[in-house]
Amino acid sequence: MVKEVDRRIVDDLVANDIGFVTTVPCKQLAGVIEVLQGRDEILHVPSNKEDEGMGLCAGAYMGGKRPCIIMQNTAIGVVVNTLATLIQYYQIPLPMLISYRGEVGEKVACQVEMAVHTKAILQQLGIPTYHFHHGEQVEELDGILKHTAMCKKPTAILTDANFWSTAQ
Amino acid sequence: MIRSQLLKSILPVIADQLVVCNIGLPSQELFMLGDQPNNFYMLGTMGLSSSIGLGVALAQTEKVIAIDGDGSVLTNLATLATIANNPRPNYILLIVDNGSYGSTGDQPTYAGRKTSLAAVARACGCENVVECEAAETADALQTALDGDQMTVIVAKCDSGNIDVPVIEMSPITIRERFMGEVRRRNES
Ligand SMILES: [Mg+2]
Repeated sequence: MVKEVDRRIVDDLVANDIGFVTTVPCKQLAGVIEVLQGRDEILHVPSNKEDEGMGLCAGAYMGGKRPCIIMQNTAIGVVVNTLATLIQYYQIPLPMLISYRGEVGEKVACQVEMAVHTKAILQQLGIPTYHFHHGEQVEELDGILKHTAMCKKPTAILTDANFWSTAQ
Repeated sequence: MIRSQLLKSILPVIADQLVVCNIGLPSQELFMLGDQPNNFYMLGTMGLSSSIGLGVALAQTEKVIAIDGDGSVLTNLATLATIANNPRPNYILLIVDNGSYGSTGDQPTYAGRKTSLAAVARACGCENVVECEAAETADALQTALDGDQMTVIVAKCDSGNIDVPVIEMSPITIRERFMGEVRRRNES
C-alpha cells in the first residue's frame, strides 16, 4: 500500500533530476517502487542482481540520466567490487536507497546477520552513509541527493523498520 | 581468427559508434588497435559490459555497441533477460565467444562446451540473435547498425592472446571523453 512517504521520496528523486532508477525489491520498498513505476519522469528498469543494476546505472549516467539504485542492505554483500572498481573508480554519483533489514522490529532472524555487517562494509568503502530511523528524517533526502550529485560518489541511505513504521 | 584479429576486423565498422568494451584484454587490444574517444574501456568489474552498454542505450537514442565476452556474459547471465525485456533499437550486444576466459590464461568456459549463449539469449526473449563466425562479424555488425532492431551477435572465434600493454589512461578521462561524445552526438 502506497503511503505519503513513498510519494515524497519519489518527488525528491524527480526534483533532483534522477531520470533512471533500477530496483531489486524489498517489501519495505514496495510502495516506493509502485510510485516510481507510474512516474513519466523516471525510467524504471528492474535488475536481477544489484551489481548488474549498478552497471545499468553507470551506463545511464554516461548516457545523460542521473541514476539511483533501490535495494536491500543484503545487497551490500554483493556489490563491494562493483562499488570500488566501477562506481567509485569512475566517479559516478549514485544514491543508494537501501532498505535496512535486520534492525529492531525485524521478524526474520537471518536478516540480522547482514545488518551487523552493513555499516562496517560501507565505512570500509568510505561511502557517505545516512541512517533514517524516524519518519521525519525523510526531510534530509533532498539534501543527500544534492550532496551525491556534487561529490560524484555513491552514497547510502539506510531506511530501517522504525523509519517505515513511523513515516506518514 | 582470435579475438584481437576479430576486433581489428571490426574497426572500420565501429569507427564512428559509441562502444563499451569488456574488461581486460579486449579493452587493452581495442585501445592499442584503435583508440577513440567514443570508446568506453572497463578497467575493472567483470561481467558488466552488457549492462553498462544497455544503460547508455536506455538513457539516450544514439546507437551503442557493447562488446562482451563469453566468460563475462556467463558471470552476469541474467543480463540477457534484462536486455530482452527492455529492448532498444539503438542497442547491439556483440559477444566475442572464444570459449575461454582469455584474460586469465584461456581456461575453458562452459560456452565452449555444452552451453549456447545464443540459445540462452533467445530463451531469455531476445528476438534478434545472430550467430556468426569470426570472419563474418564485421558484416553482421554493419547489418545490425543499418537495421532498426536490437541485435545480439554471438561471434565464434578461436582462443588466444597477443601481447598488449595495460591501459594507463585514468578512469575519469575515459569516462569524461566518452560522455563528451555522447553529448555531442545527442546535441547535433
Ligand atoms: Mg572468452
